[in-house]
Amino acid sequence: MIDSKDLDSNFKYEVAAEMGGENINRCFSCGTCTAGCPVREIDEKYNPRKIIRMVLLGMREKVLKSDFIWLCSTCYTCYDRCPQGVQLTSIMTALKNIAAREGYVHPSFKEQARLVKEFGRLYEVEDFDNKKRKKLGLPPVKKNFEDITKILDDTLPKEVLK
Amino acid sequence: MKYALFLGCTIPVRAQNYEMSAREVAKILGINFVDIPEFSCCGFPVKSSNAESSLVIAARNIAIAAKKGEKICTLCNACTSVLSEANKELTENKELRDKVNKELKKIDLEFKPGVEIKHFCRILYEDIGVEKIQNEIKKDLSKLSMSVHYGCHYLRPFELYDGFDDPENPVSVENLVAVTGAAVVDYKKKLECCGGAILGVEEDIALAMAKDKLDNVTDNKVDALVTICPFCNIMYEDNQRKIESKFNVEYKLPVLYYPQVLGLALGVEPKPLGFRLNKVKANDVLKKVGLEI
Repeated sequence: MIDSKDLDSNFKYEVAAEMGGENINRCFSCGTCTAGCPVREIDEKYNPRKIIRMVLLGMREKVLKSDFIWLCSTCYTCYDRCPQGVQLTSIMTALKNIAAREGYVHPSFKEQARLVKEFGRLYEVEDFDNKKRKKLGLPPVKKNFEDITKILDDTLPKEVLK
Repeated sequence: MKYALFLGCTIPVRAQNYEMSAREVAKILGINFVDIPEFSCCGFPVKSSNAESSLVIAARNIAIAAKKGEKICTLCNACTSVLSEANKELTENKELRDKVNKELKKIDLEFKPGVEIKHFCRILYEDIGVEKIQNEIKKDLSKLSMSVHYGCHYLRPFELYDGFDDPENPVSVENLVAVTGAAVVDYKKKLECCGGAILGVEEDIALAMAKDKLDNVTDNKVDALVTICPFCNIMYEDNQRKIESKFNVEYKLPVLYYPQVLGLALGVEPKPLGFRLNKVKANDVLKKVGLEI
């Protein structure tokens, strides 16, 4: 049951003010997003139409603390098919970004952010890798990126960097 | 034709066969690749944590290419979309550009509009063209049949790619396979996502998504699945054994990067195309066209 006193009617405006969330109020709940979603096809706990509905209703805590917002595979099928141009993939990014600032970042993305900050890539390039590359006739790749570390130190929310 | 080759995270350490074959093919078709060691991650992995951070990292890479006067050729679909999206947004939105440039100023860089960003296959399809490739074909692959997995970000979001192909009914990579003589086999749910982006979030869902694809592709008894993205490849090739044991199925489906297929047709030997690095061995594929690893 949804109790109106648990709702935050400003949540949709908060999402609309976030980068990528601008078009959330255009949604008329047709369900084109959910019908074409490859994640929803496997597991019903990820339901894009329902997530948008929850945001528009103001179910702030439920959405931000959920595990389902992290399940968008960013295939952009809904983004391209939405008749209202809601740009759902970007809305999911906006929701994840707000959740990350509130300390609910999914451990997988926290780890990815840590790796990129530390190594400038998702993978650490070790001497072994460059030796292998040389053997294969490929040029060596750089191992550290101090400027990426700086960019991420300056721009990532502290809850993600923690 | 000259492009800076953008490798991203996965290719230089986990998909060297993709890189090797792309370099071989480029050489033959007259594409000159420039290496820029300062290129980093594209920004995609931090987008879920903070879209602005992702934008700054993408802008940094684009600014580095601009400074050297180079266009960017990508091999990974996610790199293609993240860099193209940043390029578009920062070109169209001055407020956002100023904000990003404030960060870039700290590392002595500035984003300026005007850098071209294209996936390697788009360059082959659009700028080299199927006809020119046809003229270079040295080896007939007509004994082989293959299915193509495009991967999401190569085609979507549509607004990023100037309509070079139709995301609901794509033809570019299939036409590029067909020019080698290999039979291209269509299959159910060709446009379905590999699940790679949520592998770390919920492995069960991601693997089920990849399984669905492998089921549909192997229904037709093709010789190989062709991919153009290292992340899709991780889902279908690196994780194939895992999917087989988890779901008690057997595929043994070779997964080839498109430049490996084209490279064979252009007369390159399997070794410089990195066939030894394919995890699902492609020996049977090679044998059918009279080659061995």
